Order: sequence, then structure tokens, then C-alpha cells
Amino acid sequence: MKKLIALILCAAMLLSLAACGDDRETIKVYNWGDYIAPGVIDKFEEETGIRVIYEMFETNEDMYTKIKNSNNAYDVLIPSDYMIERMIAENLLAEIDMANITNYDKIDAEYKNLSFDPENKYSVPYTWGTVGILYNKTMVNEAPTSWGALWDGQYKDNIIMMNSQRDAIGITLKYLGYSLNTLEAAELNAAKEKLIEQEPLVLAWVVDEVKDKMIGGEAALALVYAGDAVYCKGENPDLEYVIPSEGSNIFFDSMCIPANCENKAGAEKFIDFMCRPDIAAENAGYIGYSSPSKAARELMGEAGEDPTAYPDITKYDLEIFSSLGDKTKIYDELWTEIITVRGM
Amino acid sequence: MKKNLCLIPLYVWSAVFIVFPLLIVLYYAFTRDASSGMSLSFESFSRLADPMYLGVILRSFKIAVIATLVCILCGYPAAYILARSNSRSKFIIVILMLLPMWMNFLLRTYSWLTLLEKSGLINSFLSLFGVDPIIFLGTEGAVVLGTVYNYLPFMIMPIYITLLKLDQSHLDAAADLGANPFQVFMKVTLPFSVPGVLSGVSMVFVPSVTTFVISQIMGSGNVTLIGDIIEKQYRVVNDWHFGSALSVVIMIIVLAFMYFINRGDVEANNGNGGRLLR
Amino acid sequence: MKKLSKCYIGLVLAFLYLPIAVLMVYSFNASKSRGVWKGFTFDWYRQLLENESIMSSLYTTLICGFLAALVATVIGSMAAYGIAKAKSKSSFILSVAYVPMLNAEIVTGVSLMLLFTLFGLELGFFTMLLSHITFCIPYVILAVLPKARQLDWSLYDAAQDLGCTPMRSFWKIMFPELLPGILTGFLLSLTMSIDDFIISFFTTGNGVNNLSIEIYTMAKRGIKPEINALSTIMFAVILAILIIANVGAAKKDNNKKRSVRI
Repeated sequence: MKKLIALILCAAMLLSLAACGDDRETIKVYNWGDYIAPGVIDKFEEETGIRVIYEMFETNEDMYTKIKNSNNAYDVLIPSDYMIERMIAENLLAEIDMANITNYDKIDAEYKNLSFDPENKYSVPYTWGTVGILYNKTMVNEAPTSWGALWDGQYKDNIIMMNSQRDAIGITLKYLGYSLNTLEAAELNAAKEKLIEQEPLVLAWVVDEVKDKMIGGEAALALVYAGDAVYCKGENPDLEYVIPSEGSNIFFDSMCIPANCENKAGAEKFIDFMCRPDIAAENAGYIGYSSPSKAARELMGEAGEDPTAYPDITKYDLEIFSSLGDKTKIYDELWTEIITVRGM
Repeated sequence: MKKNLCLIPLYVWSAVFIVFPLLIVLYYAFTRDASSGMSLSFESFSRLADPMYLGVILRSFKIAVIATLVCILCGYPAAYILARSNSRSKFIIVILMLLPMWMNFLLRTYSWLTLLEKSGLINSFLSLFGVDPIIFLGTEGAVVLGTVYNYLPFMIMPIYITLLKLDQSHLDAAADLGANPFQVFMKVTLPFSVPGVLSGVSMVFVPSVTTFVISQIMGSGNVTLIGDIIEKQYRVVNDWHFGSALSVVIMIIVLAFMYFINRGDVEANNGNGGRLLR
Repeated sequence: MKKLSKCYIGLVLAFLYLPIAVLMVYSFNASKSRGVWKGFTFDWYRQLLENESIMSSLYTTLICGFLAALVATVIGSMAAYGIAKAKSKSSFILSVAYVPMLNAEIVTGVSLMLLFTLFGLELGFFTMLLSHITFCIPYVILAVLPKARQLDWSLYDAAQDLGCTPMRSFWKIMFPELLPGILTGFLLSLTMSIDDFIISFFTTGNGVNNLSIEIYTMAKRGIKPEINALSTIMFAVILAILIIANVGAAKKDNNKKRSVRI
């Protein structure tokens, strides 16, 4: 037993030594889990000599909580649109010197100057995607074209919804013809009624499990992100993805530099590196979410033309979520009312 | 004197890493965001009066109580058999019971999905006999199953270690005095193991009141528990005030429950269990 | 009766291992998803060994788990012994120690993060370790306390009457009695530590990830079958250790018996 303890203590000391022993220039990158192609970081380290300390988060809010409340400084973050808007408003982000991002011109114009960062001073797009319906061709009578399919009685216990308040309420608002950023009480109430009406038809409200469930043929229809649809279609060819005609949500995950970063020059080098077409192509190919760079898409072959990942976004009424700030509570109380109705 | 020395590390640790953070939680529970920093407020608590939240709290307690009872009913016989067995492999079996918990929680729970889904293994098996797919998931029963699965070893362990000490001679004496096996169990074994059962109850009941991942996955999002709502206040809504208030209320209710446990514990100690030893 | 008992233990183990068996079988599934079975493969095992990120988080998880369980076991066992010795209810300090168990994990996680920030500590391995010790302590107390309450204090007094120092009488008389509880407390702590995500997430930093963080954050894009492979290997290794230890103990036992006979 004593030997074991001594062994553990030695190992712990080695661990802490290993962490200190390296005096190379470093940057700390904070990204979603499994959201970068393996090997890309090694390439960056080789080319620039900068060591990357890499950490992962599960949700935008988790990341925000840590950035705002801990002493830890990061150099590159990859939050989503509404969170970027909020962090800009709270002065948590630093302006990026676009002159240092030599590959910035490789990003297509339609993905620049978006509503969450109108002058594009704080963010460089990393990936984007849409929200839509993933359906199993063998289990539906006709291909759905409207959000109404998720309210269709013939698919009782064959519908999977997202257990995420903003997305579920958002697409319901779209279905009803409203904006998915609305704060009008009447419109929100109508969405609530609609979601309560849908309740008996739904098999499950899930977040991450949706992919396995759809691949396994558990349900006919599911509300998903396009990136997940790409993955599911790869595993089960019976699946197809559609953006309903009423319009939907389009989201962006963009690279940002926090205001308290310690190595801004290194961070800009990293962002620039990730925009380089060959790297962006490798990365998007692995992640499955859409790349904002045409040059990268051209290097990706067939995957770069997949209509699931790269729909003609001018054909749909696609809205970006805006930051609700304090008003998030309104959505939350509404959602709590809906979920407490379930299964009671 | 010795007693104080033994308790000192716990006192110090608790003061720094438990009481201090607890004060932070209380601070958030009794304040709200105002234009000039924070201000004292009971707003978060008054929001709790909404029947919507009361319903969720009641349901969480209901599921935790059922899961705890199931754990006792299933775990006690297992602990008893193991403790009474002379087999040398019993230590291995005890460890085998904990080992599944070393596989990641999310993976274990996903495995249950593979088993229980409409297109899952159990339904595929049943379909061989022409049974239509059954929807197991999304019910309170499924959440109870998930909870029992995750906490059963935490009930078996403490009961097992208390029963290890049970002396065969006491049981023989009781039998000699004319007690039938059932009476022996009720009058000797059970009182003797009460401290173990109570420890098990604490380890199962307390964490299952605030669980949320089990209810989300096994309940298919159908069964909302108070843990979901607290978690959401912190991780989605960013309303730490309301989340803290909810947490404080749950803490008080569970502490009241624990108080009764402690009383029962001391009574058991001074009662049969203690007498038996003397 | 004997057979019935064995059947029952078998049943409990079957219940506990049913999902584990599924998990292991799917570590050989050629599909990335648990939704379909696409045939047999060893690929995930190969990829696992090449995945530096998973391997280093496994390392962090094990070190953190052992250290946390060790410290928590010392503090918790001492406390349980002290509480039992005082023969008082000591319910106040007990209630306080239970708080990390009472609180939703997220509340514990965030409040500890705020505490470390207040102290000016940078989040990393050390802060994560401190947090793990904190939530493991109540489990140790709960495992040791029933044993401590069963202790026969008259033996302890008798030993001292016979000239043992209090220290010596503790180690000779009381400690062996407490040992099963202490071991259980250690194992429970290790289990809690290995499985924790939320508290770890909010109290770590500086590139230190444990296995749970790795797994929970990858869930959004689908948990990789490499993790199933890793679980299978971990299980096999622990099982092998157990069997070897058991065989070793059996040999020792036999030797003892023989020497007694001689």
C-alpha cells in the first residue's frame, strides 16, 4: 500500500513538472468537444513553434460562465452567434486585427458582417449550419416540406424533438410565421400552445442522443442541426434532411479572442491558420459542419457540394438567434411550463 | 481530547471548501441583480410558490423515495448473502458490484437506451415472438430503473460492511431461545444492520433528489425533475439567484429528512443494536 | 437455500452487467453509432491508442481519483471515528459534511469555482483535486460511520489498562475493525471521482481534462466508440488484477494452513 501511495505521488509530481517544463510560446484554445480535426493542432505547432493548450466545453453558457468568473485566461474561443453578441456587449472580447489574418479574404462575403458582429471586428467564422428536419425515407409517406410534419398525427410516437428551449420554441415560432427572436407575449403564447398540442405525438425530447436514435430507425422525424444530419446520413442512407419552407435558424460558430487574452499575436496566428483553405477543408471534412470558405469547399470534393451542409441559403428565410440577455427568463418560464405538462 | 483531534481535519476542510461556498450560494439565493450591483431580495423564493415548481419538487421526491426503497429491497438480500457467505471470492464479488460504476456514466446510460429503445435489443428479442414494440423509455418507471441501476451498489456496500460483524452465536442464541428464522431476522439481524441501511439511504436518496442526466436520458425528456430545473438556471438561463434559491430549498427539505435519519441512527445505536453488543 | 442465494447474487450481477456487456460488444461495432450493427472490427482499439487526448485524460482521471480518494479517506475516516467516539449525535458537523452531496452538482461546481477565483487560484489540476476531495468526504464518512458505531470501546480501554499507548491500542484493536469500512469508503470515493463531469468542468483549467469532460463534451457530436474500447480494456485490466490477487491470496492461505499443520 505504501509503495502504491509513493508511486502515485511521484506520478503526480511528474505530471505537474511536465506542465511547467515547457517554456515555448503558448496559446490556450477553448473549443467545443471533438470540434477540430485530429492532427490540425500538431501541424500548427510544427509550423509556428507555438504550443497549444487545448480545452473543451459542452455549451456556450458553460464557456461563458468560466470566462466571466475564473482567473483563467484563454487566447482563442469558439462561441456561437448569440453568445458572441452578448460577450461583445459585456466587453469580454478583444478586437481582432484583421490585417494579421491574411486568409480573412478566403472567407465568403455572405458570412461576414453578420447581425451578431455587424462590423466584423470581433469574430472570424469557423463553421455554420442550419436547423431542419431529418427524416427516414422508409418511414414517411411523403417527404416533409413544412414544420407541420412535426405536428402530423400520423407520426405519433415517431417524432423526436430537441430538448433545448431556444431551438424548440424558435422553430415553432417560425412555423407560426413569427420571428424566432420575438419577445411579443401573444406570439410566444401561441408557440407555447402549439408545443403543448404537439406533446402527445412526441416520442422523446433529446439533445445528443438524437443521432444514434435516428441512425437506429427509432423514429421517422427529428429536429436536428445540419451537421448532425450529415453524420447520420453517412451512417444510415435512408435518412434525408430538409429545411422547411417556413424558414429556420442559421447559426455560426466563430473564432474570437477574449479581452483578457495573454498572447494576442499567437491567437491571431492560430485564427489565420484555421482559415487557410487546406486546413479549413481538412477541418470541415472531419467535423461535418459547413465551412464558410469557398476555397476550402473546392478542396473538399463531393463533401463540399453536399446540399445538406451547403444549401442555397438565399432560398430560405433563415434567421440568426440574437442575444436575449435578461429576457432569457421569459423563454425559460415558458419552457418550464411546457415541460412540466409532459408526463404528468 | 482525541475526539477533537480526529475531527479537526474535517472541521478545517468543511470551513474552507463547504461552508464558504455555501455562503456564496446563500448570498445568491437572497439577492437579485439590480442596476447598482446586487440587492437583497426574496424574489427568487416567491417565484417558487408557483405550483409548477411545487409539482416538480414533489415528483423528484417521489422518484427518489421509490428508487431508495427499491434499492433497499433488492440490495439488502444481496448484502446479507455476501456478508454471511464463507466463500473466499466474496470480496471479489463486492468489487465486481462497484466495477460497473467505473465505466463512464454517460456510456452506461446510453447502453440502457440500446437495450430499451423501440428498436432496441429487448424489443428486437420480443419481436421474435410477435410482440409489438413496447415504449419503455420516457416514463417515471424508466427513470426509477436508471436511478436504481446507478445507486444500487451504494446501498449494498454499507449494509454489507455492517453485517460482516454480525456474530453467528447471536443468531444461534436467538434460535435456541425459540425464535423462528423470521423472528431472528426481525429481532436480531435487522436492528443490527440499521446503521448500514441508514448510510445506504443517505447515499442513494440524497443524490437522487437532484439528479438530472438520468431523468433526461431515461425519461426521454418527459420526466422533469428539480435537478433539471436547477441545472438549467445555471447552464442555460444564467439566473444564479433562482438556481441558488431552489437549491437552498431542496437542501433544507433533505436536511430535515437527514435529521430524522440521524435520530433514528442514534436510537438504533442505543436500542437493540447497541444492547446486543453489550 | 445456498443455491437460491447464489442465484440471487447472480441476478444482481446480471442486472449490473447487462448494460456493460452491451457497451463491450459495441466496442467491436464497425459503425460509429450504437444505432446500427455493421460488423466486427478492432479499429477502435487501434485508434484509441493513437488518441493522445483520450490517453492523457485517462491519466489525469486516474491520478486525480487516487489522490482524491486517498485524502478523502483519511479525513473522512478520522471524522467518522471521532464522531463515534464522542457518542454524541454530532449531527451538526455531519449535516455540514453532507452539503456537497445535498447540492445539485452544478451548484457545488460553480460555488467552488467562485471560491477558487476569490482566493486568486488559477483553475487546473490542483483545484480540481481539491473539489474532488470535497465531494468524496461524505461518502467515506457514510461508509465508515456504521462500522465506527459498532466499535466496542471496552476493548480499547482494556488494551490501555494492559499498558498499550492510546495510539497502539487504536492501531491494534480499532483499526482492523474499521478497515472494511475504510476500504469501502476509498472505493466509493474513487468511483465518484472517476465519474464526475460537472464539478470537474467548472474547477479545472489550463488544459487539464479528465475522461468525463472528454466524453461529455464529445457527446454533442456523438461519443466515439474508442471510449467503449477504453472501458472494455479498463474492465479487463481490473478483472485480471482481481483474479491474480485472489489466486495469490488463495496460495498464501494454503501455505498458512500447511504451516499450521506442521
